[in-house]
Amino acid sequence: MAGDTLTTTSYIQHHLTNLTYGKLPEGYERHGADGSVQVLEQDTWTIAHSMAEASDMGFMAIHVDSMLWSILMGGLFILIFGRVAKRVHSGVPRGLQNFIEMVVDFIDSTVKDSFHHKNALIAPMSLTIFVWILLMNTMDLVPVDWLPQAAALISGDPHFFFKVVPTTDPNVTLGMAFTVFFLMIFFSIQNKGIMGFVKELTLHPFHAPKWYVNIILIPINLILESVSLIAKPISLGLRLFGNLYAGEMIFILIAAMFSAGLMFGLMAGVLQWAWAVFHILIIALQAFVFMVLTIVYMAMAHDVEEEH
Amino acid sequence: MNINLTLIGQSITFIFFVWFCYAFVWKAIRTAMDEREKQIADGLEAADRAGRDLELAQEKAAKQMKEAKAEAAGIIEAANKRGSQIVEEAKEQARVEADRVKASAQAEVEQEVNRAKEQLRSQVAKLALAGAEKVLEASIDEAKHKDLVDKLAAGL
Repeated sequence: MAGDTLTTTSYIQHHLTNLTYGKLPEGYERHGADGSVQVLEQDTWTIAHSMAEASDMGFMAIHVDSMLWSILMGGLFILIFGRVAKRVHSGVPRGLQNFIEMVVDFIDSTVKDSFHHKNALIAPMSLTIFVWILLMNTMDLVPVDWLPQAAALISGDPHFFFKVVPTTDPNVTLGMAFTVFFLMIFFSIQNKGIMGFVKELTLHPFHAPKWYVNIILIPINLILESVSLIAKPISLGLRLFGNLYAGEMIFILIAAMFSAGLMFGLMAGVLQWAWAVFHILIIALQAFVFMVLTIVYMAMAHDVEEEH
Repeated sequence: MNINLTLIGQSITFIFFVWFCYAFVWKAIRTAMDEREKQIADGLEAADRAGRDLELAQEKAAKQMKEAKAEAAGIIEAANKRGSQIVEEAKEQARVEADRVKASAQAEVEQEVNRAKEQLRSQVAKLALAGAEKVLEASIDEAKHKDLVDKLAAGL
C-alpha cells in the first residue's frame, strides 16, 4: 500500500470496511480528511467516507461492493449454467456441458441422499447455493489488494472502500440464511398445517400424558424449540461468514507483512501461498456445508411424522 | 459489520437466482440427463435382446443344418439303393437275354446237328448201299434190300 501515513491498523480496517451507500441523518457532522467539519442540513443519501459514518448510517444503508460482487458472481453462475441449459441435448455431452452435468449430478445425488420428499424447488436451490457461494468464496483467493487498488485508481480516491468477498459480509450470508429460514417455515406450515407447526414448537421435547402437566410444560417447550429454531438460520449464516471472514483476515494480516522489509516480504509470500492452498479447502467446504444444511432444514420442514 | 439493507438486497438476489435456476437451468439439464439415461438403458436392453436373438438364430440355423444333412443323407442312401437296384435289374435283364440268346443258339446248333445227322444218315445209306454193291459186285435187288439198309442206317 502506498501512503506514508498509513498504519497497519488503518490498512486492516480499510480492508474490512464496505463501500456503504446510505442515509445520514439531519444535523450529522461529517469530518473530512483534512480536518474540516461539515454539518448536514437535511437527511442525505451518500457514500460513507469512514467506518464511523458507515456505522452511523444504521439500517438504511446498502453495501454496494457486496451487492455488486454477489450479483456479478450469481450472474456468472446463471450465465454459464443458462447457456449450457439452453443448448443441452441428450446426445454425447462434450466440454462444458459435461462439466455442468457432473455438477448437476453431484448436487442431485447429495439432495437425494438427505431429502426424500417431493419438492422440485430443493434441488435447483441447492445448486444455486453451492455454485454461487463457491464463486463468492473464490473471490477470497484474489490477492487482497488487487481489486481494491484498481477501484481506488478508477475512482481517484485512495481511501475508496472496496471489499470484494461478499461472503465476508454478514448481511450477505444472513440474507441467504434467513431466506432459507423463511422457506423452511413456509414449507413446514404447508406440510403440517399451522396447528402442526405450533404443536411442533409446544409439545416437544417434553410431553406428558396428563393435560395439566402439559400446561406447565408448554412454555418450557416453546422457549427451547424457539431458541433451536432461531439458532438455525443464525448459525447457518454466521458459520459461512465466520469462516470466510477469518480467512480474509489472515490474508490481510499476511498482506500487511509485505511492507515490513525483504525478509518479512518473502515470508509473507510463502505464507500467503500456503494459506491460499489451505483456503481452497475452506472455500469449497463452506459452500458445501451451507448447501447440505439447507437441504437438511428443508427435509425437516417436510417431515410430518415426529422423529425425536 | 453493520446489519443493513444489504440483508434484504441479498435475499431478493438470492430468490431471483434460485427462481432462474429452477425455471431455466435445472429442469432443462435434468431432463436431458434423464433422457440420455433412458436412451442408454434402452440401448443396453436392445443389445441384450439382440444377443439373445442371435443365439436363438444360431440355434435354429444349427437345427436346420442338421435336418438338411439328415435329409441329404437320406437322399443319397435312396439314390444308392436305387442305383444298385438299377444295376441289379440290368444284370438280371442281361442274364435273361444271355440265357435267351444262349438257348436260341443251342436250339440252332441242335437243329444244325440234327440236319447234319439227317444228311449223314441219308449219305450213309447211299454210301453203304454203294459199298455193298461194290463188295458184292452182284446185282442186288435194290427194292428187296432197301428195308434192310434203311434199318441199318436208322441204327446209326
